[in-house]
Amino acid sequence: MNIFTEFGRYLLMLKDMFSKPENFKMYWKELMHQCVEIGIRSLGIVVIISFFMGAVSALQTAYQLVSPLLPRSTIAMIVRDTVILEFSPTLVCIVLAGVVGSKIAGELGNMRVSEQIDALEIMGINTRTYLVLPKILAAMITIPLLVVLSMVLGIWGGRLASVATGIVAASQFDKGLLQGFLPYNVFFALAKTYTFSFIISSISSFYGYYVNGGALEIGRASTQSVIVSCVLILLADYVLSAVLL
Amino acid sequence: MIEIKDLKKSFDGRTVINGVSAVMQTGKCNLIIGSSGSGKTVFMKCLVGLFEPDSGEISYGGQNFTTMNEEQRKILRRQIGMLFQGSALFDSMTVEQNIMFPLDMFTKDSLSEKQKRVNEVLARVNLEDVNNKFPAEISGGMKKRVGIARAIVLNPKYLFCDEPNSGLDPQTSILIDKLIKEITLEYKITTVVNTHDMNSVMETGDHIIYMDQGIKEWEGTNKEIIFSKNKKLNDFIFASEFLQDAKDMRMLEMKGKIDNNRNMDELLK
Repeated sequence: MNIFTEFGRYLLMLKDMFSKPENFKMYWKELMHQCVEIGIRSLGIVVIISFFMGAVSALQTAYQLVSPLLPRSTIAMIVRDTVILEFSPTLVCIVLAGVVGSKIAGELGNMRVSEQIDALEIMGINTRTYLVLPKILAAMITIPLLVVLSMVLGIWGGRLASVATGIVAASQFDKGLLQGFLPYNVFFALAKTYTFSFIISSISSFYGYYVNGGALEIGRASTQSVIVSCVLILLADYVLSAVLL
Repeated sequence: MIEIKDLKKSFDGRTVINGVSAVMQTGKCNLIIGSSGSGKTVFMKCLVGLFEPDSGEISYGGQNFTTMNEEQRKILRRQIGMLFQGSALFDSMTVEQNIMFPLDMFTKDSLSEKQKRVNEVLARVNLEDVNNKFPAEISGGMKKRVGIARAIVLNPKYLFCDEPNSGLDPQTSILIDKLIKEITLEYKITTVVNTHDMNSVMETGDHIIYMDQGIKEWEGTNKEIIFSKNKKLNDFIFASEFLQDAKDMRMLEMKGKIDNNRNMDELLK
């Protein structure tokens, strides 16, 4: 199957998602369930990587910043901007492409192979609307929240590491954090995050929803969805940086 | 009643269903039989709309299913129940939640009413004390019965069963066959069953369609099948020597030639 056919099927899946729900309460329940699955269940890994990402960023910046002419508070500025602009939105989303993407592709793939999707279709339920749409909405609600949390934790990790190792004093670090802060950077980071959330959830849903075969194909679909999501995230990162910065 | 006219379906240029016409009768078990790859599963999936036929017409009670739009199909599908080969129960839900799912989605009944209905259909399929179990915690036969319960919970007009006996021991298979037959008569529904199981054919086949390489090769009842002269059908049904002998004996028995045990002993020699 060529890339254009695949892309066409992807667009058709997205188009077919928008139909009138058979029972709004059931769809709301599914959306909340997916918010827990995608958001709450990814919390642990996001907390860990964000904290260490910030801490390592601070230590490595200090290692490279050897000029005595530069104030130590610059470390905080660099940590803040790298965490907000790149590390939190991009790195966290790449990790989530693996964690959430493979989970979505695996879940839908298993439902397809075990005929659960067919069973829903037979009941007269639009499975794109019931299964795919809540996943995309849940990802677009919870991933930006996780990224904001990641920004806070990343900066806090950087501060903790800097103070603990004696590189920068707490007051200096706090001063650096407020220096030259551009709120637009947060807007830019969130714009990236929304784009990445859509990529992660829709691509993995597409690969899972159209699995054909058995257990081996479910595994392949999961891997494929992670690879394609990561490549598209990096591509979108470049395009958005070129357009918005 | 389901009417099928000149149904055709192919995949990548390979014809799987080639001009099949049939009438699935109300209040009867309509069996589709045939060897693996004969097209019976594709045929059933075309009937319920999981596959789009290339040409032909499918009518449910006079309503042309093939020309319906998605919304009209969704409404019709609420009158359809289906038991899948692997039961297709939702893994993350308990037995009760699985059966209650169509009620939650399509009715405005209160929780107590829904629970009452779930218990009714569970009792109908002879299952008790499994409400809070997950599909992974029950046996294959029980899964099939839960699948039937889910399929009939909205009182459908049409019931489709895709190989209901696959993976079951002979005794459980007989129970499932009986259950399908009883439900068909009780609810006066049009039941279509895909099967390989010869016991099902003989016990429940009110109306049988034999398919071979996408073509309807033979059509009749379980009483007629035994006397059929169709070679392909005979080769399929009485594939083993044991079944061939059983057929011969049954034919003799039906013709009244076995009238005492002495004759039976002679035949067995």
